[in-house]
Amino acid sequence: MRGAKMMQWSALAAAVALAATACGGGSGDDGNASGKPAGYVSMFNGEPQHPLMPSNTNEKFGGYVIDALFTGLVGYDGKGELKNENAESVKSKDNKTWTVKLKKGWKFHDGTDVTAESYVKAWNWMANVDNKQANSYWFGDIKGYEDVHPEKGKSKKDEMEGLKVVDDHTFTIELSKPVPYFEYKLGYKTFTPLPESFYKDPKAFGQKPVGNGPYEFQKWTHNKLIQVKAVNSYKGSNKAKNKGVQFKTYSKMEAAYQDALSGNLDLVDGVGPKDLPKRKSDFGDRALDVPYAGTQSIVPAVYSKPFKDVDPKVVQGLSMAIDRKTITKTVLQGTRIPSKAFTPPQVKGYQKLDTDVLTYNPKKAKKYIKDGGGVPGNKIWIQYNADGGHKEWVTAVCNSITKATGVQCVGDSKPDFQTDLEARQANKVKGTYRGGWLADYPLNVNFMQDLYKTGASTNYGRFSDKKIDGLFEKGDHADSLDAAVKDYQAAEKELLKKMPAIPLWDYAANIVHGESIDDVKVGFDGNVLLTDITVK
Amino acid sequence: MGRYVARRLLQMIPVFIGSTLLIFCMMFALPGDPVAALFGEKKPDPAQIAAIKHQLGLDLPLWHQYWNYLTGLFQGDFGTQIATQRPVAEVISQAFPVTVRLTLFAFVFTVLAGVLLGLVSGLFADKVFDRVVLIFTLLLISVPSFVLGYLFQYLFAFQLGWVTPTVQDSQDLGQLLLPAIVLAALSLAYVTRLTRTSVAENLRADYIRTAIAKGLPRRRVVGVHLLRNSLIPVVTFLGTDIGSLMAGAVVTEGIFNVHGIGNTIFEALNRREGSTVVGIATLIVIVYLVASLLVDLLYAVLDPRIRYD
Repeated sequence: MRGAKMMQWSALAAAVALAATACGGGSGDDGNASGKPAGYVSMFNGEPQHPLMPSNTNEKFGGYVIDALFTGLVGYDGKGELKNENAESVKSKDNKTWTVKLKKGWKFHDGTDVTAESYVKAWNWMANVDNKQANSYWFGDIKGYEDVHPEKGKSKKDEMEGLKVVDDHTFTIELSKPVPYFEYKLGYKTFTPLPESFYKDPKAFGQKPVGNGPYEFQKWTHNKLIQVKAVNSYKGSNKAKNKGVQFKTYSKMEAAYQDALSGNLDLVDGVGPKDLPKRKSDFGDRALDVPYAGTQSIVPAVYSKPFKDVDPKVVQGLSMAIDRKTITKTVLQGTRIPSKAFTPPQVKGYQKLDTDVLTYNPKKAKKYIKDGGGVPGNKIWIQYNADGGHKEWVTAVCNSITKATGVQCVGDSKPDFQTDLEARQANKVKGTYRGGWLADYPLNVNFMQDLYKTGASTNYGRFSDKKIDGLFEKGDHADSLDAAVKDYQAAEKELLKKMPAIPLWDYAANIVHGESIDDVKVGFDGNVLLTDITVK
Repeated sequence: MGRYVARRLLQMIPVFIGSTLLIFCMMFALPGDPVAALFGEKKPDPAQIAAIKHQLGLDLPLWHQYWNYLTGLFQGDFGTQIATQRPVAEVISQAFPVTVRLTLFAFVFTVLAGVLLGLVSGLFADKVFDRVVLIFTLLLISVPSFVLGYLFQYLFAFQLGWVTPTVQDSQDLGQLLLPAIVLAALSLAYVTRLTRTSVAENLRADYIRTAIAKGLPRRRVVGVHLLRNSLIPVVTFLGTDIGSLMAGAVVTEGIFNVHGIGNTIFEALNRREGSTVVGIATLIVIVYLVASLLVDLLYAVLDPRIRYD
């Protein structure tokens, strides 16, 4: 009897042991995933949220991979100026019909040629509502977009009228109305070509994309890494100076930081709050803070109680009550740069506004608020998402406002970004919300039109002003890019008077990297320029 | 015994349906639309949202969605993730083995170290060793796991250089050792305390005195008579603990970059990926149910007075 019981025990133990070894030995296909080939750069990344499609990727992790695999018609240099990539030239006489000439001899990684057809066919597919691509609205300027992407229901046509193939290396884009800065938009990652093989199985393509960019796709082990290899025959200006890149999946920046510190990872482009104070002592001159085109602001909702029909002078007063310099230095550990305008310096058309509205001045702040009639209820809220690390600075900004002006200010925390966004979309912001904007393309237009035009897609403060709309409109009908930029600069000056938002600070990319790599540079969008990295 | 097990297994069916329904409703009630979230901060496109929702059946009423989910489940279809468009079954099957490995590791460590420490300190109750163990376990209970995690990382990876700070390869059991110990720390403390109390109490029981008086060797008295009877509360605790070890490892998984169930469910929750959350939670519920059945069966092994007929 007793012997039998002991048998049961040992059987159980054996079963546990077996299960453990079975799990340990099973599925060895990705067993060597941690090994890094020589000359490769390994970097911190996360699991892309979408399949790897240029037209379906709108977040950073997938964006990095897409940028490595694809090269579009144009790109931007360090000052936000345009440069041609796959395009030989992009020209237009009336800003309405654009003629694109492609460079010859470019190939996809599967060996097929990049032709005008590769672009036109791809764009028609991407814009089509039936294919449900998140970035399809980027094609909205093109004539015939509403045929493939009607507001309701299925597409009526397969092709946009505005896209025409002229010959193998030339095509024309006709817009529904002139857009002087359309060429700038073309640099966005959605405007890429797709190879013919894509159409056979779009779903499989999203797991194993074939691009025309500086790197070629190698493998994607979900939740572990994505590996890309440099293309030797690549013809573009951004040819890779390393042999390839490993995007390693991390769920926390802190873990990646530790790996970089111990030499198991080459590059991390984000430092968690825990490690910010010690990054300089840990990494020395390998800890970089590089400013890029992104801003953070507080946006008053015009329908909310504290800001309904309030004099813009009050908002200006609130702006002057925020001690940006101290907060960026202390609470934000020098990772942000106080804003000098509504646009960051990295974009074309940036101007230093001649104003003291964005400078801390408690006395003047008090006076402005008083002159403007005060804040109704003498209390404001700043809505933010609790999962984004914003709590600390929101509290600091609130303290600064209350201390300087006596206006009560509290943070209105939403559990996560989704809930935060839903409140904004449903016009349920109590006072102000935290606004963040990263450049889609480095032009001042992008920082104003999408945010402050009446009814614009991201105008959740519901700001509306006829004069400003008129100035935007004028810029959109300008004869040339430079004229459009100038019109928008004029609009920015007007924005300062109406204060649809209180600009706080511009972003800087916080990067730490290992000793084995060098030449770490950052583009306008805050992403590291992977092709420039050299491996020692 | 066989009938008892069969009855218990049948009881799992209503529990299973009830828990999936509950979690399903909770996901439904959460604010935030996963399809609208595909568009990031940009204003979502109503036509496209409608199309995606229609394709995934998210435009149906709740009961219909649940029905679809349940019938799919019985055909082995866990659904599809909204953003990544990957089958949920694939996502789970990738994360689950990692978690099982980590949990088993932590579990074995808890049992071995916990019972051993508890037994020794119970045998020498109120002696120096017992006091030291008391302080040690109190420390483990009061230190949050992320502190312990970072501490271990600092100590073993940076000061001693024995391991890499994070898990590079989740197939390698040696690399999982550190996160497993951190994960096990809290349970270890509880198991030690439970064993110690139980051992110390049973030491004074009549049957132990009888066994000693009978002249049984000490090894037999402690190993069979004392330990077996003392393990009942411990086994109860361990049974429920295995589920929380699996799903509750979010913090530890984050620190050591292990991509297991904990992180997967956390991310899915943030993105409102209903089918993923329900799928994983259901799996954990099943693990709980099976574990508690095993615990009940083990009672009979440990205490001959308990019979299931």
